[in-house]
Amino acid sequence: MTPSASLAPAAAGQPAAGADPALSAVGVTMAFGGMRAVDEMSLSLGRGEMVALIGPNGAGKTTMFNLVAGSLRPTSGRILIGSADVTGEGPTRRIRRGVGRTFQIPRPFAEMSVLENVLVGAQSQTGEGIWANFLAPRRVAAEERAAIEKARALLEFVTLSHLELEPARVLSGGQRKLLELARVLMADPDVLLLDEPAAGVNPALLDLLIDRIVALNGAGKTILLIEHNMDMVARLCSRAVVMAAGRLLAEGTPDAVAADPAVIAAYLGDAP
Amino acid sequence: MIDILSYGFFFLTMALTYGIVCLGLNVQWGQTGLFNVGIAGFVAVGAYVSSLLTTPESASHLGGFGLPIAVGWVGAALATALVTFLIGALTIRLRADYLAIATFGAAVSIQLCVLNFQPVTGGPFGVGFIPRPFAALAGRPFLFGAANLALIAAVVAVLYLALERLAQSPWGRALKAIREDETAAQALGKSAVAFRLQAFALGGAIMGLAGAAQAHFIGFIAPDNYQPTLTFQVWAMLIVGGSGNNRGAILGSVVVWGIWALSAALISAVVPADQQARAASLQIVTIGVALCAILLWRPRGLIGEARVGARHLLRPAAPRKAPTPSGEN
Ligand SMILES: Nc1ncnc2c1ncn2[C@@H]1O[C@H](COP(=O)(O)OP(=O)(O)OP(=O)(O)O)[C@@H](O)[C@H]1O
Ligand SMILES: [Mg+2]
Repeated sequence: MTPSASLAPAAAGQPAAGADPALSAVGVTMAFGGMRAVDEMSLSLGRGEMVALIGPNGAGKTTMFNLVAGSLRPTSGRILIGSADVTGEGPTRRIRRGVGRTFQIPRPFAEMSVLENVLVGAQSQTGEGIWANFLAPRRVAAEERAAIEKARALLEFVTLSHLELEPARVLSGGQRKLLELARVLMADPDVLLLDEPAAGVNPALLDLLIDRIVALNGAGKTILLIEHNMDMVARLCSRAVVMAAGRLLAEGTPDAVAADPAVIAAYLGDAP
Repeated sequence: MIDILSYGFFFLTMALTYGIVCLGLNVQWGQTGLFNVGIAGFVAVGAYVSSLLTTPESASHLGGFGLPIAVGWVGAALATALVTFLIGALTIRLRADYLAIATFGAAVSIQLCVLNFQPVTGGPFGVGFIPRPFAALAGRPFLFGAANLALIAAVVAVLYLALERLAQSPWGRALKAIREDETAAQALGKSAVAFRLQAFALGGAIMGLAGAAQAHFIGFIAPDNYQPTLTFQVWAMLIVGGSGNNRGAILGSVVVWGIWALSAALISAVVPADQQARAASLQIVTIGVALCAILLWRPRGLIGEARVGARHLLRPAAPRKAPTPSGEN
């Protein structure tokens, strides 16, 4: 333990994760000018746990994801992967440490094919070095074949196989969300940060998607999920963390937080 | 007849040396989106390094070291890669417009250095007696021209194949992803700075090699050869041919160099002798007009970038009906 007793107020959460968290945020704050989008938030994910991050619109959930995934540097506070302090590391380093994320608003590589989009997710490819393509072409080709096979399996997994050669720009909103998921899975992360994976996915597919997420968690992946659909949260997660106005509002089983008057008030207060 | 053929060889060889520069620019701009406005500077570095390495010892500049031509060319590529890498390391994090200014400044500085470090570069007098490939054939212009053309064509072919392989490799894919959406690419572990820097240095190395090839083909270099006009010509070549496409880069260089040579011939035929130096700037105007015309007629250049590459490895998994969306371009 580092001697940071001053963080005690924020850390006074729930029983939460065990002694060996896969990922933790300790008292992180993100200020945009005067506005604190995330304010002294703490969060901890046990290995293999599946946790929901919920809260009204604008609560700071996506900002929290950006902090955890490294696309934003916190104004204060620390982010740890395992026991390593990664606060100063960018997103590239964090995915190498096994933390992958999807975007709430999908960011496909529009002019690349759907299959190529997924292939970009492949990590530590020999062929990413210029020289290797000339000095070890067989190895590069073998890895590429393996990567293509895996990418195809993932496209199958998210039901996009029939579109693999189309440029990603032709995908619909829901298909883009599915592509986001396939792409990050290509990197084989231990910890998955899923920002509203089901938003815009049609109800017929939703059950399938839930099955898939359960399967991933069953395979040992730690998952943090932002989701507005409380029904889905209840089906997937044993624990939910509620944010409101950048702060930790409540934490507990989905049923318990859904019944929490403070949570209900926060949702109603922010309703249009 | 032999004369015309010999001129044809000369013309094509020159055009193809520009084609090499253009291939370098295509790595930087076409593949990576790096706005390099300092091409002339990088070409100059290659030309001078190779010249100093290979010329016979001379009192008027550093060296020469009398090394074989091949050593000069490799040295030119490596030295230019290093210079490009250093400039890139300082500037590649900048926004595109600042990168443009920085590379332009670098090129002007390089040109001024070459002009003023007389003990090293020969200053305004340049470097002469640069050994020419196949010098033994010099007495037979036809064979000499053919051999030189074959050499440069071979260099272009090898570079083309190598760059095509890179474009289709995981390296090329990462570059493309970074160009399309940097945030998403970074989230997937592709370091934008590292890949951009590699592409910048690789493009620089190719430009340096082109500078060397040109210097040895002409046999003489001077600081005046490396004015911003050169940068403009190469940009015109890439845009006319089709940015993002290696074949386009080569085709564009032949077409634009053709327009350049034709307009020069026209000017010398039409304009009175005492006005010709001034009229030469009409050549730049001609290229500019040709550029506009081609952009209006074919906005993506003569052969544009293949949008979604039909990668040889990426055949459909299973036979299927291709659902081509009707609105597709
Ligand atoms: N880059 C930024 N600059 C300024 N303000 C920002 C920035 N990013 C987010 N915010 C603000 O921070 C607040 C939290 O945004 P965030 O996207 O984290 O909300 P969220 O909880 O994900 O909401 P939703 O459920 O609607 O996705 C919002 O008020 C938003 O306007
Ligand atoms: Mg959000």
